[in-house]
Amino acid sequence: MKNRVRLERVITAMATAIVLVLTIASCGRPGGSGSALSGDEAERVYVKPGEYDEFYAFVSGGFSGQLSVYGLPSGRLFKVIPVFSVDAEKSYGFNEETKPMLNTSHGFIPWDDAHHPELSQTNGETDGRWCFINGNNTPRVARIDLTTFETAEILEIPNSGGNHSSPFATENTEYIVAGTRFGVPYPQKDVAIASYAENFKGMLSFISVHPETGHMEVAFQVLLPAFDYDLAHAGKGKSHGWTFFTTYNTELKNTLLEVYASQNDKDFIAAIDWKKAEEYIKQGKFHEIPANYAHNVYDEQSHLATSEMKDKVKVLIPSECPGLVYFMPTPKSPHGVDVDPTGEYIVGNGKLSADLSVHSFTKMLAAIKSEAYETVVEGIPVLKYEATLAGVVEKPGLGPLHTEFDGRGNAYTTFFISSEVVKWKLGTWEVLDRAPCYYSVGHLMIPGGDTRNPDGKYLVALNKITKDRFLPTGPELTQSAQLYDISGDKMKLLLDFPTIGEPHYAQGILASKIVPKSKKFYPLEGNTHPYRSMGEKDTRVERDGKVVHVYMSMIRSHFSPDNIEGIQVGDQVYFHVTNLEQDWDTPHGFAVMGANNAELLVMPGQTETLLWQPKAVGVYPFYCTDFCSALHQEMQGYLRVSAVGAEVPLKWSMGENIVE
Amino acid sequence: MKHIPRLVMLAGALALLALFVWPMWKIVLYAPQYPTGVEMHIWINKIGGKEPGVLQNVNILNHYVGMKFIEPDAIPELQYFQYVILFMVALGCLAALVNRGRFFLAWAVLMSLLAIAGLYDFYLWEYDYGHSLSDLAPIKIPGASFQPPLLGYKDILNFTAVSLPHVAGYFAGAGILLAYLAWWLKRKLTTSVA
Repeated sequence: MKNRVRLERVITAMATAIVLVLTIASCGRPGGSGSALSGDEAERVYVKPGEYDEFYAFVSGGFSGQLSVYGLPSGRLFKVIPVFSVDAEKSYGFNEETKPMLNTSHGFIPWDDAHHPELSQTNGETDGRWCFINGNNTPRVARIDLTTFETAEILEIPNSGGNHSSPFATENTEYIVAGTRFGVPYPQKDVAIASYAENFKGMLSFISVHPETGHMEVAFQVLLPAFDYDLAHAGKGKSHGWTFFTTYNTELKNTLLEVYASQNDKDFIAAIDWKKAEEYIKQGKFHEIPANYAHNVYDEQSHLATSEMKDKVKVLIPSECPGLVYFMPTPKSPHGVDVDPTGEYIVGNGKLSADLSVHSFTKMLAAIKSEAYETVVEGIPVLKYEATLAGVVEKPGLGPLHTEFDGRGNAYTTFFISSEVVKWKLGTWEVLDRAPCYYSVGHLMIPGGDTRNPDGKYLVALNKITKDRFLPTGPELTQSAQLYDISGDKMKLLLDFPTIGEPHYAQGILASKIVPKSKKFYPLEGNTHPYRSMGEKDTRVERDGKVVHVYMSMIRSHFSPDNIEGIQVGDQVYFHVTNLEQDWDTPHGFAVMGANNAELLVMPGQTETLLWQPKAVGVYPFYCTDFCSALHQEMQGYLRVSAVGAEVPLKWSMGENIVE
Repeated sequence: MKHIPRLVMLAGALALLALFVWPMWKIVLYAPQYPTGVEMHIWINKIGGKEPGVLQNVNILNHYVGMKFIEPDAIPELQYFQYVILFMVALGCLAALVNRGRFFLAWAVLMSLLAIAGLYDFYLWEYDYGHSLSDLAPIKIPGASFQPPLLGYKDILNFTAVSLPHVAGYFAGAGILLAYLAWWLKRKLTTSVA
């Protein structure tokens, strides 16, 4: 009996030990997020079926070249807006109407690397009119219209080697900017790469935005040393009138930059007084320089884009324009430069520095006034580091990249190397909280977090690496966004969601600023497309030599015409397809067998054109690709292609047979 | 005091002019895909909708079951009924000018008859659209009719159709009631004076 009790005790003890070991082993993933979650996250990000998210998030598509639109807090993806890359689904860059959007001085470019979305602002607040985004590779900026969520305009930037510090709007969207990341010879010429320091320059461009139409124009450029201009932000409030750019490679190196461009203790933040620049422009102190760059505009009435080549640009040279540019030394290879909601603090995120340096706008003005210069570079005063410094956040983490603000006196900085977001206090520079990111966070976004009036409820961290966070998809994994609740003292991770391409920056805005202005369809009576069909009576086929124009309409659930004969091998057939629908969410698609380009996806009231070149005789079907109605499968037609010189007359019909 | 009945009569006659400012009737179709409804407006002289494109959208929906296209040009009432209304406005003003109780009553009765005739005519059109179906209809449902209700709501396949007066319809109704009121006030005034 006694033995039995002892045995039971031994068994119980062993079982307890096993359970303990297993428990410890199962918790053994260091740094796992399990313990950070408290239980009500699902409820906080759950948006009931049929209900709307509180915020829109515009997230850069990175190397996809596009702009994606998400809802917050749900993380649901609504749309990928084609901007710099072709999109066969939407026929962007494939149909005749949008091809000019991707025209540049290098010809048609089907791809770019899109980095920083920037919402238009009025009085320092997001106004929900436009979203700008930069193309890094072939320097461009784009404007997306937020009534249609379509790319409305693309402007190429001359004298630039890579448009990274862009677009970053001023507080009434007077200007967006475009600073070159890569120095290039100015003007472009055939020189030895080793002559970098001598022949290369760095150009910062100020692009004016028309307050009504949004149309963009390179207002002026500022010629600077060939540093790498990395990021920018405009001043606001008291610092309105200035725009700040970070630099690295102040060493002016052109090879093995990871080593040679990381040698200086301090690089610079370039402060540009753009109001002063306006005065110099007015006084005529600019050089009008020959240039060659494309300006592409999409017209919402004609549904056509046009591309115009520009041939000159105004350049200001700082040595001739005192007071235009100042350099503020900032440790070390600063990446983001972020201005707090009051406009007083300018945070230089020194990505190779152990500390975070914050400049004071007031002290900067005082340093300029008292000429507290350390030295002068190419006519540009370098202000004394201590003279502009407001404070230092000491040892907050490793690899600071970007900072945003919550409007309650707190700043949030991402640290790439230590993979975390750190919350700290403006003015006291003390670290308040830190939250891990999964993994290697780049930018972060608080809706309105770079404006005068942040909505400091959520923070989105934009991560470069995901490793084990999602179901694996072979060697290529998704990048991700992570949503944090920042309404309390401590940041709280709520949600991971995958993104399109690599998310660089993002912008967030209250949905109520955009929803009421969102268009439902294009009024047909306002369609001015030269090849439109205003009704089925307008539809027809016309031949002009080898070129055939098909004026075609689409409406639930047929094309007009849907039988076409008399096309010949080698013809260039342009299908000009008008969607006659005038109802919300009634697009139709158009696809024709053997098309070498794409489909058309035509919105109600819109006309789009697909070029089709038949290569062999036969009868080819075409059909609607967007399930439009109960009779969608019946929305189809035929096209007869005859041999060159055949006697089949050009005829078309709908609802009856073509009579021979 | 003694001018009140004729002023009420005048107000009644002028109330008909609302028919040129607002629609008189609405038919709203609700379905899961149409959460806010497709709202067709019937005016004295045209057919429209709450948003542009409504008539086209109604016609698109109707064509699946082979209903005729609603073409305002093919409905003669939309051409001439406005002149009847203008004539009645003039007649009502004349009655107010002449200021006789029996004229007020006559106008009210005539207008009531016109309203009933108008509603009956509306019913006939609804019956025609709901029952004259094309033999080539893509969707045929034996025994089904697609006639919307004259007043109130009715389930038609996947839609709930609601038929109700719009602003001008209420104005016209009020105009008729005002004419009866003018007659009653006039009689009361004459009796009390006598």
